Amino acid sequence: MAFLQLQALCKRYGAVDAVVATDLSVEKGEFVSLLGPSGCGKTTTLQMIAGFVDVSGGRIVLDGRDITHAKPASRGLGVVFQSYALFPHMTVRDNVAFGLKMRKVAAAEIERRVSRVLQLVRLDQHAQRYPRELSGGQRQRVALARALVIEPPVLLLDEPLSNLDANLREEMQFEIRRIQREVGITTLMVTHDQAEALSISDRVVVMQAGRITQIDEPYKLYEHPRTEFISGFVGKANLLRGDRDEHGAAQVRHQSGHGALTLSLRPEKIDLVPAGDGRLQGRIVTRYFLGSQWLYRVETPIGDITVVRRNDGDAPMNEGTVVGLDWPSELLRVLSADEVSA
Amino acid sequence: MSGASVLRDTGRGYLLSTPALALFVGLLVLPLLLTLVLSFNVFDYEVGVKGDAWTFAQYLNLVTDSYFYEIFLRTFWISALVTLLCVVIGVPEAYILSRMGTPWRSIFLILILTPLLISVVVRAFGWSLLLGADGLVNQAIQALGGRPVKMLYTPFAVILALVHVMLPFMIIPVWTSLQKLDASAEQAALSLGATQAKVMRLVVLPQVMPGVLSGTLIVFGLSASSFAIPGLLGGRRLKMVATVVYDQYLSELNWPMGAAIAVALLLINLLVMLSWNRLVEGRYKKSLGE
Repeated sequence: MAFLQLQALCKRYGAVDAVVATDLSVEKGEFVSLLGPSGCGKTTTLQMIAGFVDVSGGRIVLDGRDITHAKPASRGLGVVFQSYALFPHMTVRDNVAFGLKMRKVAAAEIERRVSRVLQLVRLDQHAQRYPRELSGGQRQRVALARALVIEPPVLLLDEPLSNLDANLREEMQFEIRRIQREVGITTLMVTHDQAEALSISDRVVVMQAGRITQIDEPYKLYEHPRTEFISGFVGKANLLRGDRDEHGAAQVRHQSGHGALTLSLRPEKIDLVPAGDGRLQGRIVTRYFLGSQWLYRVETPIGDITVVRRNDGDAPMNEGTVVGLDWPSELLRVLSADEVSA
Repeated sequence: MSGASVLRDTGRGYLLSTPALALFVGLLVLPLLLTLVLSFNVFDYEVGVKGDAWTFAQYLNLVTDSYFYEIFLRTFWISALVTLLCVVIGVPEAYILSRMGTPWRSIFLILILTPLLISVVVRAFGWSLLLGADGLVNQAIQALGGRPVKMLYTPFAVILALVHVMLPFMIIPVWTSLQKLDASAEQAALSLGATQAKVMRLVVLPQVMPGVLSGTLIVFGLSASSFAIPGLLGGRRLKMVATVVYDQYLSELNWPMGAAIAVALLLINLLVMLSWNRLVEGRYKKSLGE
């Protein structure tokens, strides 16, 4: 049996269904992300697990124990909030020691465990500072240390990186992953940032309008998105109309118009070849420089197509150039229609 | 150069603040100075104030006469008790208020503030109607078969009315501090194993201390110098400092004595408030950085 289980979990606010019959199993030591646009119910799900929001229906089982209606204090979960929720009137050390003091741990033991966890998050030099004297990333790490020091069975992260600037966010992603691996703690992270979810999770749970629409490992999720929504939300995608050929394989339909299938083609899977070659002809309308990559918008008879090419040091294609587009047809993904509207 | 530094460096800022300064000097500093000067004048029951003769007699009188001693002591214990009651009632009230949903929060906030629109004198008379020997409360007690209780002209009446009048001055600063609180810090404390009571004591209360501090300073200061409520509800026997000052000026016509008491009240009030401020702020300044 899985370590943390959500069974048909529901949350209703009046007539509004925030979370609908959600089932999820998280294994011990796993890092799972709940990914979705705002208002998809991912934060509500996390808050129900933490015990801050009452459950309308279904069960939450942690390590064989039903905690559906347990008080937050008795669940003993580690929670890191989007706003960090540090206690501003306490030093870093006192913030981290808070949970241990509530558990009436002996002073010497508190001292030892706080020092160890502060070392883990690399804040041992700042133990006597107050939260307002720290940078955003440091505050984030205090919040993490405070949640970890009580050695919770599960760590819940609510949009932990959304208040950090881009560079720091990337650094903290790896930092969170490093700490999670080192401690081996089961972790559930809520995020609306697909890059964040893909980069550090073992599995990603995509939520949409209160329902789970796909659960997969990051690579599989990216390569095999189930629906139109997911293919557009996780990474960039070209959505194309298509049919099945005589062998039953999906093919792009070369005239504009309605096809029987919706196909997804990732921009980096498309090759730019000399005009006349390839499966499709088009003209480069605009190009964007992304540093490591060039992004082209190509106008074709079946609509605009986005192509991403690696910046390999050669001069890029100019705007206005007529090019051919080619792709391995096995990389076309057939999408199912969205069963929920977000 | 920024606008502020232009004003500071060219002295134009002082020019612009002249009207406010004139008001401040004319209505506060000057009268206070005159009171101070008056308190050192010689007073003679035959001829009144002697503007050219100086004495410490009033101040000597203040520290030697147990009558004044008793009144000062009473004023300060009543003010301290009123302040304490305002903290005990006002802080939870502000907390509950800040946790209320719309529209109830606005409705209750207005309910708390509306009494400020009614004159203190009117409210004091209201209390005397309720608490009088034949007032509503005593009528109720008698109707229930009890014996009437003397409430008017006792410290009870004065304290009750002062708490009523001063409560908004405690609730508003505490409410302001509560607005700055991060609600998820309370959730964090709960998830770390704190009970609701510990969340209040260890997380919420320390963070609203600056608000409680301002509230206590305002309430104590206003209570210690209050005049209308002790005057109307304390009666002739239950004197407080402000009512004694009034007596000295208008009944005894001993203006220097009245001035000396007023100056003493101002100084003691200032001393109490400054040391209280130091005591509390010293503990919370570093952590909250106010």
